[in-house]
Amino acid sequence: MAGPTEDGIQRGGPIARLLIYGVLVLAALYFLMPLYVMLITSFKTLPQISHGNLFSLPAPFSTGAWSSAWSNACTGSDCTGLHRYFWNSVAFTVPAVAFSTLFGAINGYVLTKWRFRGSELVFGLLLGGTFVPFQMFLLPMARVLGLIGLDNSLAGLTLVHTVYGIAFTTLFCRNYYVTIPDELVKAARIDGAGFIATFRHVILPISTPILMVCVIWQFTQIWNDFLFGVVFTSGSEHPITVALNNLVNTSSTGVKRYNVDMAGAIITALPTLVVYIVAGRYFMRGLTAGAVKG
Amino acid sequence: MAESSPRAGKIAATPWRRRLDRWLPKVSLVPSGLASLIFVYGFIAWTIWLSLTNSTLLPTNNFAGLRQYKVLFQLDIWWVSVANLAIFGILYVAICLAIGLFLAIMLDQKIRAEGWLRTIYLYPLALSLVVTGVVWKWLLNPSLGLQHFVQSLGWTGFSFDWLINPHMAIYTVVIAAVWQASGFVTALFLAGLRGIDSSIIKAAQIDGASLPRVYLSIIIPSLRPVFFSAIILLVSLAIKSFDLVIALTNGGPGYSTWLPAIFMYDFGFNRGQIGLGAAAATLMMAAVALAMLPMLIAELKERRDGRSH
Repeated sequence: MAGPTEDGIQRGGPIARLLIYGVLVLAALYFLMPLYVMLITSFKTLPQISHGNLFSLPAPFSTGAWSSAWSNACTGSDCTGLHRYFWNSVAFTVPAVAFSTLFGAINGYVLTKWRFRGSELVFGLLLGGTFVPFQMFLLPMARVLGLIGLDNSLAGLTLVHTVYGIAFTTLFCRNYYVTIPDELVKAARIDGAGFIATFRHVILPISTPILMVCVIWQFTQIWNDFLFGVVFTSGSEHPITVALNNLVNTSSTGVKRYNVDMAGAIITALPTLVVYIVAGRYFMRGLTAGAVKG
Repeated sequence: MAESSPRAGKIAATPWRRRLDRWLPKVSLVPSGLASLIFVYGFIAWTIWLSLTNSTLLPTNNFAGLRQYKVLFQLDIWWVSVANLAIFGILYVAICLAIGLFLAIMLDQKIRAEGWLRTIYLYPLALSLVVTGVVWKWLLNPSLGLQHFVQSLGWTGFSFDWLINPHMAIYTVVIAAVWQASGFVTALFLAGLRGIDSSIIKAAQIDGASLPRVYLSIIIPSLRPVFFSAIILLVSLAIKSFDLVIALTNGGPGYSTWLPAIFMYDFGFNRGQIGLGAAAATLMMAAVALAMLPMLIAELKERRDGRSH
């Protein structure tokens, strides 16, 4: 029986509704299936994997693959697990996120509240950088990092990620600060607040949502990066994404340990997954802001 | 700087705080502006220049004209990469759009658990493409993955070995990439659908149009801007695709899943062919620029129209 819902739009009857729910739940299962398989496989032992089936629950649960992935699995010739690379990623991601967000906030503030002749040109320059494939920067950057002594270092990766993140954070902050009435800033200036004081006492206190967007966007991008990591670092300086790929492609004793691969994949995915679950709202906002212009 | 000189006396007369406020905004943009000039525009020029030299293991400044491009165009492996990008790009964009639009329309039917479903559809985008590649490599593993599972259910003749089949491996990249991005496209379309005035739909229904008809002739056409930005985004993602292929197939079997981004990396960094790598990167940038062109034109048009009002 078709009838208008509360918004007045005529929709299908109960059978159509059932079908819609069925399709949506199937889609959810499709998206969840790899995560489920990844999880259960990481808790299985190798015999369970080769004799059981892909979707069966581990019986009994075994955490051996997890401890191996973390502390003694081989990533190439080095067999110390992923923990070192995990902390590598933390060590360059945290400062790169902080720096690029800080610069983005200041740039956005200047570009909306302290415009000057040529400021739009700077914005145009920054924006143009968001479209260029990173492949264009790899060869010169490798050379420059070598010249300034930052090749194969976490400091080098921090620099690279900060430089190429600023365009996005500037875009986010500018588009946010544009919506803040100029009167707010003018009033502060009449009260004697200068450039820095206005930023600290007027702009920063109302910036939490956009700073969240910047931090989450940058964190996800930088943590998940593989290209810069594989090109600019080697061996013990690799980020976790590169180490995971090495782990999966190394079979120490000739036996592929799929359970360890899956545990490693979850370890790699966990930080961004947690951020997504905790702050998905901001994640989505960054995506749409980035999608419209980036 | 010349324009400030007539007013120099005036500036000197203002208190130092005002003067500071005149300079601080400019000074604070300098690091970002300079970084952009060097690391973006300078590097673009540098890479283009490298593509015009005969650089091999080390960059040189010996101008060689378009020789690298000529060499590039004679390499089978380059054309394999380009053909793969065409197959991958077209399927990736088309399937993502189809799934995204379909799920968004379904989600827009006043669904009870919409928030939950949206969260589930979107989470793959938070994952590293390396993780996505690793998981799908496991699922598509012929001896223990989905093929083995279906065979163990009784369909012993079932075959799904695309990952190790050179003719089909590129489609496994499509499968994994679509899984990663289609939830995002769903979210984009859903946002577009929410922006449509429901009174138009009601009016059409009063005129006797059925719901599918309303979608086909009113709602979907009005989503044009969403199609536009989704296509541009997906095309540029496809051109830059690198991590996923490395993790899923590592370009193999053989060269069967190479893409331009892999060509660029391998020739530029592993094979000591910097000139060829630079030429490949330059062509990738040209391709992204070409994909962006329609948006830029539309933007400029909009601005001109906006000003004339």
